[in-house]
Amino acid sequence: MILNASGCLDALVAPEVARELDVFVTKTVTPLPRDGNEPVRIAETDVGMLNSIGLANPGVEKFVAEILPRLAELELPIWVSVGGFSGEDYAAVCGVLDRCEEVAALELNVSCPNVVEPVESVAELVTAARGATSKKLYTKLSPATADIAAVAEAAAAAGTDGLSLVNTIRGLALDGRSLTPMLSTATGGLSGPALRPIALAAVFSCFRATGLPIVGMGGVESGRHALELIAVGASAYALGTVLFSDPEAPSRIRSELVAEAEALGFENPVDAHAVAHGDEAPAPLRYVA
Amino acid sequence: MRKELLEVEGVERIGPYSLVRLKRGMLESGVPGQFFMLSPPGRLLPRPMSLCLATRHELGFLIDPIGPGTVALTELARNDRISVLGPLGNGFRLDIARPLLVGGGIGMAPFPYLSERLERPPAVLGFRTEAHAEAAALVPNAEVVVEPRLVTELVRPGADILACGPEPMLEAVRRLAPRAQLAWEAPMACGYGACYGCAVEIDGELKRLCVEGPVLAQRDAA
Repeated sequence: MILNASGCLDALVAPEVARELDVFVTKTVTPLPRDGNEPVRIAETDVGMLNSIGLANPGVEKFVAEILPRLAELELPIWVSVGGFSGEDYAAVCGVLDRCEEVAALELNVSCPNVVEPVESVAELVTAARGATSKKLYTKLSPATADIAAVAEAAAAAGTDGLSLVNTIRGLALDGRSLTPMLSTATGGLSGPALRPIALAAVFSCFRATGLPIVGMGGVESGRHALELIAVGASAYALGTVLFSDPEAPSRIRSELVAEAEALGFENPVDAHAVAHGDEAPAPLRYVA
Repeated sequence: MRKELLEVEGVERIGPYSLVRLKRGMLESGVPGQFFMLSPPGRLLPRPMSLCLATRHELGFLIDPIGPGTVALTELARNDRISVLGPLGNGFRLDIARPLLVGGGIGMAPFPYLSERLERPPAVLGFRTEAHAEAAALVPNAEVVVEPRLVTELVRPGADILACGPEPMLEAVRRLAPRAQLAWEAPMACGYGACYGCAVEIDGELKRLCVEGPVLAQRDAA
């Protein structure tokens, strides 16, 4: 199953790209409208891309009134990425979206590197969201933590149905001539190829620890990259930075994945699920009712 | 929006700039002021470039090699192939009575194509050095100034201005001619509304330049 990484595609501007996905994930929605960060917001480095968009979005009310009905016309399952600055914020947005039948699932963005972090722990944010909705919850974690498997276990105990792994990791790039930061916020979220081994490690250890369904993402540019995420435990994968350089990536990677899996003797890519764990694989869906 | 792998026909040096000529394939040339995303070899992200020249068989892009991506584009050789996506964004309105093209530096890139479509209207172009000013030869009927003189000295009242250049020049043009069509620039990762990287302030809000522009009329002060 192919998704886009949140914030890496506008399905209303590029519906032909969105239609190549199995699920469309929205840009993060917060309780109130946000303009986002001042330009300059993006920079290329030798190993990936930095962004500091700052959760620009119209706020949940306008999202539900104006954007969601138009997204529903795409006739794709829609996951809404939910953001905020406190448990109360997450509960508020999830509560509103819980009433929207167009929404198939919610992804809790508890790991944006470009805004002030909530003081509550991931577990507390998931608990707040869980209390406000009965929709499926996927929690998107940051790889910038000492023990991501422990965070994943806490999210599972708090009631998340799945995990999205990984969000970007904080980085900085300097202008070639002035040696000053290229981004207006100095630091931003690093995505692209540099995230690939980091995402593999995160999916590997979180799957081992929780057995939860995982949407793997981080530097996927080819079918081989997607297959590796599946092998470490992802049950779906998302495309982010690659969409910027190649709007045709979803269909290309989908067919490359089938060919890569076949070349390694797997009749279907899902047959490669968790093979990297050998006999150590956890009982699947341990925390899911 | 269409993406295609195009073959390099040739790269010509023009002063410090390079004119990268690609075999056109099936791509439309679009409206002058629209842009294409060109993928430099070895780089992660494509670069937005307005179309400089269009013939039946070629698309030409005038490029200033100022960073790793633009340098890689100017180092392309004949028969190399690069990915090109476009045309994208909104170009210049051409239904105007007395066009005057106003350009600064590499901002003149869309003018050869624009000039042809408007049947060679007068143009005024400003450059940093005499070497940069060599590129003015691509634009018919162009009057040229070199720093410290400024191109705005040549702007005549009453003209329908189409301008492209550095922000201070565009701001100065707008003060002289509030109804001028101005082509702006911003860093872009995708060119089709996906990355939200190219946000600029339009009418008091941050909006995506690739979707709303790059040519804007009567944009509020940035």
